[in-house]
Amino acid sequence: MSAPAEGAVATAPGATPPAAPPVVTVRVPGRSARSELRAIKVVWRREMIRLRADRMRIVTSLVQPLLFLFVLGSGLQQLSEASTHGVNLKTFIYPGVLCISVMFTAMFSAASIVWDREFGFLREMMVAPVRRSSIVIGKCFGGATVASLQGVILLALAWAVDVPYSVSLVLGVFLLQLLLAFSITAFGVMAAARVKQMQSFMGLMQLIVMPMFFISGALFPVTNLPGWLAFLNRIDPLTYAVSPMRSIIFGHLDLSKQAEAALNPGITWFGWTVPMALEIFMVFALGMVMLGIAIWEFNASE
Amino acid sequence: MPSAISVKDLRKSFGEFEAVRGVSFEVEAGEVFGFLGPNGAGKTTTINMLCTLAKPSGGGATVADHDIVSARDDVRRHIGLVFQDPTLDGYLTAEQNLRLHAELYGVEKGLVAPRMQQVLEMVGLWERRGAQVLTFSGGMRRRLEIARGLMHSPRVLFLDEPTIGLDPQTRNSIWGYIRQLQESEEITIFMTTHYMDEAEFCGRIAIMDHGEIVALDSPGALKEQVGADRIRIETDDDGAAIEALGERFGLEAAISEGAVTIAVPDGEQFVPRLFAELGVPIRSVSLSRPTLDDVFMSHTGSTIRDAEESGNKTDKRVAMQMMSGARR
Repeated sequence: MSAPAEGAVATAPGATPPAAPPVVTVRVPGRSARSELRAIKVVWRREMIRLRADRMRIVTSLVQPLLFLFVLGSGLQQLSEASTHGVNLKTFIYPGVLCISVMFTAMFSAASIVWDREFGFLREMMVAPVRRSSIVIGKCFGGATVASLQGVILLALAWAVDVPYSVSLVLGVFLLQLLLAFSITAFGVMAAARVKQMQSFMGLMQLIVMPMFFISGALFPVTNLPGWLAFLNRIDPLTYAVSPMRSIIFGHLDLSKQAEAALNPGITWFGWTVPMALEIFMVFALGMVMLGIAIWEFNASE
Repeated sequence: MPSAISVKDLRKSFGEFEAVRGVSFEVEAGEVFGFLGPNGAGKTTTINMLCTLAKPSGGGATVADHDIVSARDDVRRHIGLVFQDPTLDGYLTAEQNLRLHAELYGVEKGLVAPRMQQVLEMVGLWERRGAQVLTFSGGMRRRLEIARGLMHSPRVLFLDEPTIGLDPQTRNSIWGYIRQLQESEEITIFMTTHYMDEAEFCGRIAIMDHGEIVALDSPGALKEQVGADRIRIETDDDGAAIEALGERFGLEAAISEGAVTIAVPDGEQFVPRLFAELGVPIRSVSLSRPTLDDVFMSHTGSTIRDAEESGNKTDKRVAMQMMSGARR
């Protein structure tokens, strides 16, 4: 017997007696590149539906970056005035805050995989006739979109920290945020493949995300650090997102040479200044590696 | 008649433990086939292998003419699944859950809406399609899961304990859908249950115990094989009664569920003799025609409830050992 008849509605219009309603028979097509793209879209769309249903999430996840930016930024301003060469501290930490807000939101998006497992929906996706990789990629795109939306809200605050708008600024920041969000979601999904309980996952986030954020130089320039901190800073992946973000923002400010050198020195490896393109490429490459591991892990699980 | 499911010597071990020890059977297209057995008999493990969720350790099977190992995706395209545990997204509405499913399976766009209306009307949830699943009761969720499992017109629908934990009314309506489906669609239904009364609805049932199939036939034929009526008596002295039954009537009696139980061919004629000749005071007596419980008992030596209880005891003992081991 071949697959059930063509995807036709077996119905004689108007003539059907109410006792026997027409049976709508559908057909599931074989796997193809199109079906994989569709699966990615489905997983992504679900994230969007959930986001729309839970708008509070956007508001609550804004609290932390706003605290850093305005409370910490304004509060420490008086202490740091002497060393910032006239640059407002809020302006200085703004690129860092853009990065961490994306990072936290992306991590929370990835955490939804742990929820999905606990509530069973993950199973519904895992038994569908699509590749596991499509589900993982869809999840990463979903996390990246949600986190970038969050980033856009913060981008709208540029005027409040004396950063003038321009098309290249908005575009540059947005693309970098998108890339960072994708990589961080991939990292979170990779962790979620292993960590099966929400509490453990939250614990892991505290253990990894907070140090990554503090060490990355989001809140301080990365020159003249003590040796151990400089070392940790150079191996922190977030460093390579904060630095180009700061370069993009500072590129649109009218800064003195001294201020530029003091506040945005760039990352150095044994005295060699890492070019911005390489920094961005590292964020991309790390994201791809983690995506690969995440896919491999989900393929291996039964 | 083509086979919807064909299983040959299927095995699955978890480390040392053999959960499924070589089962073989065929399910014909259009059949309602039941897997009956106590918890832990290997039913869910078998169903997981047939649904491509677990890899067999040995043997093989085809579902809807596709091999469960080498053609995993082709199997998945043609099966619908309803699990014991819920797998719905509670934050989405019923309609959104079904739409996501249809898209994930690649159902043609124009057919999604009519098919959805059909399956939702069948389970009586069409009116509630716009409500968040979180607001649904347990019975409604199970019905929605069944509707979703049918969204892509599967050739085989797998139901793993579809009525567990539901009230009798919902259980009845779920059985109603299954019968309705059998009439209206070309579909084979494979289900597991440990409710004896439900197994009666199946065309054929396989009784599973300790990872093996111990009997496989229609419920009627299985009961005929047992042949005997079952008599349960409560006495003042069970030990003496068992002895007397053996000596005077040549019957092998056993204690199950707290009463002395014997199987005899013609129960009605036997009861008067029992009272006259047993010699041990009898407090109560009950006579029953063979049921699937008796079938289960004749093949495994215990009732399904006893089997579950002893299974639980083993579990508890293991847990206790683990705990005391941890303390040391």
